[in-house]
Amino acid sequence: MTASGVIDRAGLDELIAALRNGGYTTIGPTIREGAIVYNEISGTSDLPVGWTDQQAPGGYRLEHLGDGRMFGYVVGPQSWKRFLYPQRNVIWSGVVTADGWETVTPPEPPTYAFIGVRGCELAAIAVQDRVFLAAGDRAADPSYAARREGAFIVAVNCADPGANCFCTSMGTGPVAGPGHDLVLTETVTDDGVVLLAESGSARGDALLASLAAMRPAEIADRERAAETMAAAQATVPHSMDTTDIHDLLLGNLEHPHWEAVAARCLGCANCTMVCPTCFCGTVTDELELDGGGARRVRSWDSCFTLEFSYIHGGSIRQAGSARYRQWLTHKLASWFDQFGTSGCVGCGRCITWCPVGIDLTAEVAAIRASDLRPAVPVAADGTEVNL
Amino acid sequence: MALLAEPRTALLDPMEPVPFRVRGIRDELEDTFTLELEPPNGRFEFAPGQYTMLYSFGIGEVPISVSGDASRPSRLVQTIRGVGAVTRALRNVRPGDVVGVRGPFGTPWPVDGATGRDIVFVAGGIGLAPLRPAIYRVLERRDHYGQVVVLYGARSPRELLFAEELQDWGGRFDVTVLVTVDNADRAWYGSVGVVTKLVPRAPYEPQNASAFVCGPEIMMRFAGQELESRGVAPEQIFVSMERNMKCGVGFCGHCQFATKLVCRDGPVFPFSEVARLLTVREV
Repeated sequence: MTASGVIDRAGLDELIAALRNGGYTTIGPTIREGAIVYNEISGTSDLPVGWTDQQAPGGYRLEHLGDGRMFGYVVGPQSWKRFLYPQRNVIWSGVVTADGWETVTPPEPPTYAFIGVRGCELAAIAVQDRVFLAAGDRAADPSYAARREGAFIVAVNCADPGANCFCTSMGTGPVAGPGHDLVLTETVTDDGVVLLAESGSARGDALLASLAAMRPAEIADRERAAETMAAAQATVPHSMDTTDIHDLLLGNLEHPHWEAVAARCLGCANCTMVCPTCFCGTVTDELELDGGGARRVRSWDSCFTLEFSYIHGGSIRQAGSARYRQWLTHKLASWFDQFGTSGCVGCGRCITWCPVGIDLTAEVAAIRASDLRPAVPVAADGTEVNL
Repeated sequence: MALLAEPRTALLDPMEPVPFRVRGIRDELEDTFTLELEPPNGRFEFAPGQYTMLYSFGIGEVPISVSGDASRPSRLVQTIRGVGAVTRALRNVRPGDVVGVRGPFGTPWPVDGATGRDIVFVAGGIGLAPLRPAIYRVLERRDHYGQVVVLYGARSPRELLFAEELQDWGGRFDVTVLVTVDNADRAWYGSVGVVTKLVPRAPYEPQNASAFVCGPEIMMRFAGQELESRGVAPEQIFVSMERNMKCGVGFCGHCQFATKLVCRDGPVFPFSEVARLLTVREV
């Protein structure tokens, strides 16, 4: 049986301190410039205690509730991707030698403990694992693997799903799935805010066992947590019909609706920047001023830029409609062909942070409502159906 | 205590360029040249149709198909058109200089799986370079195949890549070489027009033929359609797709082509898998 127990805010402080003493760099939600973002934290005083977020298509603002809860909000503009796959990162460097050049061994990245990972975000990390970690005869991305390998994950169940959340449609939340070391369920009692802590790994067991401030979980604690999460499950407000979505989208590559979206889309790439699974990156080469060394710097890229698809002679995807189609069909359809999973976890960030409030779930519904595929499939041999 | 952060395992880095020494540079055309590179361990194994990422120190990387002979692994041979910052920098290397190499990457031309069949190579412009290792392979085991045909189109007689080898192959009694140019000059007595026009003229039995096509996307689309209309099965027509390949291993996403990542699922695809996509704009 997995270890479990109940802690209060002081217990979470002890937990964070134990992780820091164990050599982890502890990262968690903090408030910065009017949004909840992930940064290094040293205790619960760094958390957005008593704050919540109000989200809408193209809208986000914080509200102070003062209820003492430490996790009473959902996801902000950033994701843990920022740490596992940094926005800007040297992936190779070399120095000039007497007869050419040689590779310089990269420094070790920190070992992270992530505190406050939501169900959709756990799923997003699992999606990026499929992109960047070794599979079959494919090698891993060493930069990602080094950061991912030792990371300690403290998940949090979402008690108050946000307005753009559709995790229940994607099967990723609001209750956190597997892949964590510990999961916390926050509830309010007469005695104040408490956290039911349940272990998901041997490391999680060891951490819980070390906490002096933890008391055993009673039946009432478990029932209260279960009731909270059952209520949350029932109130996830947004949804997306994913029936047959792979063939629906890839069978409608020439649907006029792509033009209708492009008429609203600014091509700003915000959706790809806030997406916790978008993994596309570009590489910039830098040369030292004295020519003695060079670096290859990887940074996030977006399929919404013209340069993204550039080959000699011009960009493949020039029209805004082609770029939006690329993003949506990749995220919801061709991701299955390439990585065996959907690229969408239902976190709703792309809806919230779209400056014009484009909602992918509505765009999918619009295409579904006027499906242009022939009634009889052209071919019936698996992945290439209707292509 | 089990909680302590554990040391990490070292990984083979697919993103690390390996230094190869330049042993030869040969000008092929006004803007096209071939580099001969010496692998640090003396051997570079690849399959015809695969490519590498070539790195010019501090300038950048480009995907380039291997154009040499797979049966001679002591040298990596790559034919490059100097059209951008990196490819122009590669033109300026001298023997003894060092060039970075990652790879080989990608799917090969399945010529070994086409034994017993007629073989049709269709190349346009520099598209002959990625096909040359497959032509070498077929000619090396010539008696394993039926008819062997090389169809080649270039913009002008001055832009015929590997012209001497085309003449050598054409001089053999067991290979048919047909060449055409878009724009002829007064000295040209050969065919004029697009390479797809050569498809009906070549001697091969369509029902028993495998075709390997490399050139601009529009040329591959029409060559594929022409071969199919002659009776070649679309599963037996292979094309080499070009997209922006930046990492070679499926990490960077630049070579997205509908359901495919060209860098790792391709670049060589059966025409049957891509024919429909080639008719959709800006995929």
